[in-house]
Amino acid sequence: MTAIQTRVLDASPSAAKARRFGAWYVAEHRLRVMRSYVSTVVIGAIGTPLLYLIAMGVGLGHLVGSTPIDGVSYLQFVAPALMCSAAVTVASEEFTYPVLSGFKWNPTFIGISSSPITPGQIIDGMVISVIVRAFVTSVIYWVIILFFGAMTVGVSALSVIVATLVGLAFGIPIMTYIATLERDTGQIAMVMRLVLLPLTLFSGTFFPLTSMPVYLQWIGWISPIWHGTQLARVLAYGAQVPGWLIVVHVLFLLALIVPFWWLSRRIAKRRLTA
Amino acid sequence: MSPVGVTLIIVSSPVIVASELVKRYGGVTAVGGISFEVAPGESFGLLGPNGAGKSTTMRMVGAVSTRTSGRLTILGLDPDHDGPEIRAQLGVVPQADNLDEELRVRENLMVYGRYFGLPMSYVRRKADDLLAFAQLQDKAKSKVTDLSGGMKRRLTIARGLMNDPRILLLDEPTTGLDPQARHILWDRLFRLKEQGTTLVLTTHYMDEAEQLCDRLIVVDKGVIMAEGTPASLIREYSTREVLELRFGADRNAEMAESLSGSGDRVEALPDRVLVYTADGEGELARLTEAGIRPLTSLVRRSSLEDVFLRLTGRSLIE
Ligand SMILES: Nc1ncnc2c1ncn2[C@@H]1O[C@H](COP(=O)(O)OP(=O)(O)O)[C@@H](O)[C@H]1O
Ligand SMILES: [Mg+2]
Repeated sequence: MTAIQTRVLDASPSAAKARRFGAWYVAEHRLRVMRSYVSTVVIGAIGTPLLYLIAMGVGLGHLVGSTPIDGVSYLQFVAPALMCSAAVTVASEEFTYPVLSGFKWNPTFIGISSSPITPGQIIDGMVISVIVRAFVTSVIYWVIILFFGAMTVGVSALSVIVATLVGLAFGIPIMTYIATLERDTGQIAMVMRLVLLPLTLFSGTFFPLTSMPVYLQWIGWISPIWHGTQLARVLAYGAQVPGWLIVVHVLFLLALIVPFWWLSRRIAKRRLTA
Repeated sequence: MSPVGVTLIIVSSPVIVASELVKRYGGVTAVGGISFEVAPGESFGLLGPNGAGKSTTMRMVGAVSTRTSGRLTILGLDPDHDGPEIRAQLGVVPQADNLDEELRVRENLMVYGRYFGLPMSYVRRKADDLLAFAQLQDKAKSKVTDLSGGMKRRLTIARGLMNDPRILLLDEPTTGLDPQARHILWDRLFRLKEQGTTLVLTTHYMDEAEQLCDRLIVVDKGVIMAEGTPASLIREYSTREVLELRFGADRNAEMAESLSGSGDRVEALPDRVLVYTADGEGELARLTEAGIRPLTSLVRRSSLEDVFLRLTGRSLIE
């Protein structure tokens, strides 16, 4: 026979801790879930940069030849962009299926909201966990880039933070959209094909934005990937970008992160407290 | 001055007070003005058919769903302001399981315990205790998706106990379970009741309500139809015994007609005719004498099902 060990828990510290650290508990939960597919995460985080850097450096770089692009080698030009795009891929995974799942398929968010945690904290926890995964992915990318000699130790380390921000700027608005869905009738696949892919291709990732026809360049201007990539290039090899444009890049990223984060919290609250 | 007096006041003040509780979804009134109180240590039930508003009420009491109007205090607190403080003291077993299928059984408990700000070392020990309580020790490392329906319910109950709640809310705890799984679950709930945990549960099974509830409200279409102990409700709204007669599907209605006047009351259901009476055998003998020949007959005691039928003219499970 088993008696439950009953300890009289004073509930007020419990609630106080939840109010203060709730988002971290949610992030802890998410990271534990990620651990169940950790091999995919790690293989992706190491394999992707290796494949891309080899393909770009040896293959495409060879084709482009030794003509400098933006004043540097092709590999140096493309490396910061690849790192940003890896963070974006992470964000596009974590802010789509897990979000709709949490509300609908395996409604863990409903379970969490019967604890002291608030809907807003659930969203915050999702964001924190993506920051962790995107950051780790970017750090691994950076280290591999160093091995390829496409960056040097120093200020370039900060590009890891920029890449993480790009991931958030791309992923948080998508989370906002996904949070409004009742079911997935192809919307997530559509986001991947009609948003992720074109933005990656036309954001100055593989060639400078200015080398595209003017009527396509606007895509870069509305793309967090371009704004972030340019910032990362400044940090990686001192790309020449006027000061005002650097400010625009930073503001653009923040303009996607802050309001959509707030909006996601609102939607989660409306949905979970209905 | 006696300290006992003080204690009594604290102990007897209700842990839940709902007054004219209303919840509307657009034009739909899910809960249309429900009032009730639950005393500490009590086992309180909401009995009603699908769509009665039971889950909606439970979600408001759980300080999750915001009420449209009415007064509601849980443990003396208002859910509109002190949601986290209230939820910190509740255990919740929702109607639909929402265990994390990407985590193992034990991890589900640990992760949930963390939401109450409990230290990892405590949460580990507590998870093991509760796995034992839920008779799931062997399943600690299993995937949630590999558990049977009854095991999932027990795991969800264990999860709801991670914070040693003062009130455990159970929304249809045994719906969809086979009889054996239900009995195992009832046994666990009896233990909690014995330990003094306040239970609030919804059900549309009258036997479950009779087994587990000290007191209950019968709800239909978002309003309370009756309130009392299972015995008092049966006394008030039904007779001691019921005579069930079957004449075949096409003749039940017609026979009910000709039986009117027998017993206290006659109800015609599609598959049988119910004669409410204090003495079932006596009534059957009288009817047989009068030449009434049912295909089958059965005398049984009244149940909450009869109470519900009397109150609403419908069966609990349609
Ligand atoms: N989120 C919701 N939006 C709209 N209507 C709802 C919602 N939740 C419940 N309802 C409606 O409220 C009524 C009561 O539902 P519910 O509380 O689930 O009843 P029960 O648990 O007794 O079966 C039903 O008519 C249901 O359709
Ligand atoms: Mg229900």
